Amino acid sequence: MIMPNALYIALIPLLPLAAFVILGLFGTKYFSRSAGIIATLLLTVSTVLAFYAAYSYFFEYGKVDGAYTKVVVFKYAWLQFSGNLSIDMGAIMDPSTAMMLVVVTFISLMVHIYSLSYLKDEKRFATYYAFLGLFTFSMLGLVLSSNIFQLYIFWELVGVSSFLLIGFYYDKPSAVAACKKAFIVTRFADLGFLIGILVLSYYAGSLDFITIIEKLATPESEEVHAAMTASFLGLTALSWGVALVFIGIAGKSAMFPLHIWLPDAMEGPTPVSALIHAATMVVAGVFLIARLYHVFSMSQPILHFIGYIGAFSALFAAVIACTQTDIKRVLAYSTMSQIGFMMLALGISGADGNKHDLGFTGGMFHLFTHAMFKALLFLGAGSVIHYIHSNEIKDMGGLRKYLPVTHITFLIACLAIAGIPPFAGFFSKEAILMAAYEKNKIIFYSALATSGLTAFYMFRLYFNIFWNKEPHLHSEHRGEGGFAMLLPLIVLAAAACTTGFIPFGHFVSADGKQVSTELHWTFSIAPVVLALAGIFIAMSFYKTANNKAERLAASMNGFYQSAYHKFYIDEICLFFTNKVMFGIIGKSAAWFDKNVVDGMVNTTGNGTAAFSEKVKAFQSGKVQQYAIYFLVGVIGLAVIFIYLWK
Amino acid sequence: MLMSIELILNSVNLNFIAFNKYVWPNRLDGVFFSIFIIAIAAAEAAVAIAIIINLYRSHQSIDVDQTEEMKY
Amino acid sequence: MSGSIIVFYLLALLTLVSAVFAVTSRQIFRSAIYLLFSLIGIAGIYFWMQYDFIAVVQIIVYVGGITVLIIFSIFLTQQAGELLPKQKMGRQVFAAMAVFCSFALVMLQVFKNKFIPATGEVVQPNISAIGEKMLATTEGGYALPFELVSILLLAALIGCIVIAMRSASFLTETDKK
Repeated sequence: MIMPNALYIALIPLLPLAAFVILGLFGTKYFSRSAGIIATLLLTVSTVLAFYAAYSYFFEYGKVDGAYTKVVVFKYAWLQFSGNLSIDMGAIMDPSTAMMLVVVTFISLMVHIYSLSYLKDEKRFATYYAFLGLFTFSMLGLVLSSNIFQLYIFWELVGVSSFLLIGFYYDKPSAVAACKKAFIVTRFADLGFLIGILVLSYYAGSLDFITIIEKLATPESEEVHAAMTASFLGLTALSWGVALVFIGIAGKSAMFPLHIWLPDAMEGPTPVSALIHAATMVVAGVFLIARLYHVFSMSQPILHFIGYIGAFSALFAAVIACTQTDIKRVLAYSTMSQIGFMMLALGISGADGNKHDLGFTGGMFHLFTHAMFKALLFLGAGSVIHYIHSNEIKDMGGLRKYLPVTHITFLIACLAIAGIPPFAGFFSKEAILMAAYEKNKIIFYSALATSGLTAFYMFRLYFNIFWNKEPHLHSEHRGEGGFAMLLPLIVLAAAACTTGFIPFGHFVSADGKQVSTELHWTFSIAPVVLALAGIFIAMSFYKTANNKAERLAASMNGFYQSAYHKFYIDEICLFFTNKVMFGIIGKSAAWFDKNVVDGMVNTTGNGTAAFSEKVKAFQSGKVQQYAIYFLVGVIGLAVIFIYLWK
Repeated sequence: MLMSIELILNSVNLNFIAFNKYVWPNRLDGVFFSIFIIAIAAAEAAVAIAIIINLYRSHQSIDVDQTEEMKY
Repeated sequence: MSGSIIVFYLLALLTLVSAVFAVTSRQIFRSAIYLLFSLIGIAGIYFWMQYDFIAVVQIIVYVGGITVLIIFSIFLTQQAGELLPKQKMGRQVFAAMAVFCSFALVMLQVFKNKFIPATGEVVQPNISAIGEKMLATTEGGYALPFELVSILLLAALIGCIVIAMRSASFLTETDKK
């Protein structure tokens, strides 16, 4: 159905786009001081509209026959290829979309406000806000897309914005390398995504989400039959389609082994990390799985595979995070770990054919709460970095006296991520663990272990920053940071406390019907106890300065060293890139280009020049030679016309 | 060289007249062509003489092999 | 072998031999005289064909006008006594071959073609007929080409004057330097 009066939904992404255009074109000249205010104001309007849109969807028109369905808000035909194949542009409303609209605009607004103070000494202030506007526009467009090709366009745009923002400090070579790496890895993954789009839309006959889901998700439809019978290397075509799409998702959401760009992406400004690499862009992949969930669930092997990849990435990242010393890197691996949770939740959902279960809801709920507390963690880390002028843990310590607001909010966020009731993370992790327990015991135990490690490393970070020892302080003390920096921290902390109580199952679930998310107290005792144990271990290691941690690390030395070096994945990738790609493929391509292609062009040029040297002699300036040519020509023409012309 | 041109034109004239007399005696076209060709040849010879005189003034000789200034 | 045929062959011989000597002679004045004889031979052929008007026009314009013009120019450029350079052997061979080829081509065509004389009454090429036709504006009349040729002659006249005049001003300029 098409909602007639819903053009305000189009304004939601267009306002940040306007911010991008205005600030991008005129910002540095005219608005260099007021750029932040302008962008924030536009985004506030956008946020209000997004909240209204979500409210209106969930409570007014979204519910049809007791289930939330996808509602097409508007569409118009953009490219018409043939009679029944056309690419339309349009927007679609759906529980996941409504939720993401709220998340993206709200977190973006927090980041905008925070950056007013964090980056106020920055010369390229207007450019920064322009890029933020571009990113917000792309992300909102992505979640509103009604067909998969439009989503792909916005997917790439999000990648571009991320590239621009990671490389914002372009005079730092590490930042430049990081943004290149991010873009190249995600672009490489997007190749798989594109092929997956082509496969799926070929079998479904259309690029529209609603049509794809209709055609490919009902087991009786003939398209599914065609897709299932065509097979290649043992996997059906449908499985290949979703597997290729998953490659794109793994790249964007930093799943193993395409996660290498995420830690390096911390070279960007901290509010950027909060927005992009914690709350929004990296969850675009999770969002896409949710969008295409019914198609994914037609291919059980792939769905299982997604579950295992998610669980493995979560554990892998948690282990590495225990050893890192850069505060932002710890948070980056923590993000990877939590996204792994979301992925595994979606992966195990519907594993036994029952779609009306907790996995999907749990995954999406975790996305929502994670955005809140991860953004809070990053912004808090930004506040600490702003105060200490360093990212390393060893420069920090004992800051609870100097940064009180940051301290309390950071503590709330750590409790939330560790899964302690009554904070938000408890409820969402609960849902995931319960779903995992019912479906797949291996994944359950690994998720349980990961949540224990999560509590441990987060509190390791917390105690190292705010307790432990006395910090190195610079001579000028600027205090904790302005009101603009503290307000988002407080708001997000409030969100982290309260969002756990939203009855998420009422709103978001796999098939639109309500899923009950009541708590089973007996079940949740085990994870909470494990988390508390992690906290106490961290407290004993790090609350006061001692060397228990070093002794433990020394005893597991080999494992510790490889975890510290991120299991050498970066080195492997670099080796592959340099030796194989540059050495073999790059060199031979360069040889070909220089000798064959250039050679052809040069030969043509040289040949023409040599030929013209010979022909020059015809123009000798001697009249009698010209007369001879004349005669020869006449004879020739006479012969032709008399004898050869038919 | 000028003389060669005159010879050529004369030969053409002869051809026209001959054809006129023996193949098409009912028309006078050949005659007229010849008259016009004579007239035009005369004009062209006059112009050629003027050019030769001009050439002589700049090159001090009328040998066309020496006038190579339009060479590449 | 009637007398007229003999006369024709004699005239033709005169014309051709003079022409060959005209282009191969090494003294330019002799070349001009050979040209003169060649033109007279052609006029003779015209007389033999009984096209008096054309013959007379030929003598007046060609022999009396153009040949005199050529001789004047030879004298003006003071080349009368010098020898023209002997041509390179390559050139001579090439020229001979070109002549031969063209000759062969033309002869081939002449012998292959069947010349069909047209029927109809014979028009005598006397002066009154020629004059009538030249100024006639009906079909077969030559009034328009006549006018055009007069314009052409005017252009040639002016062109010669301009060329000659420019050389004069050029000369005075070089004198001043």
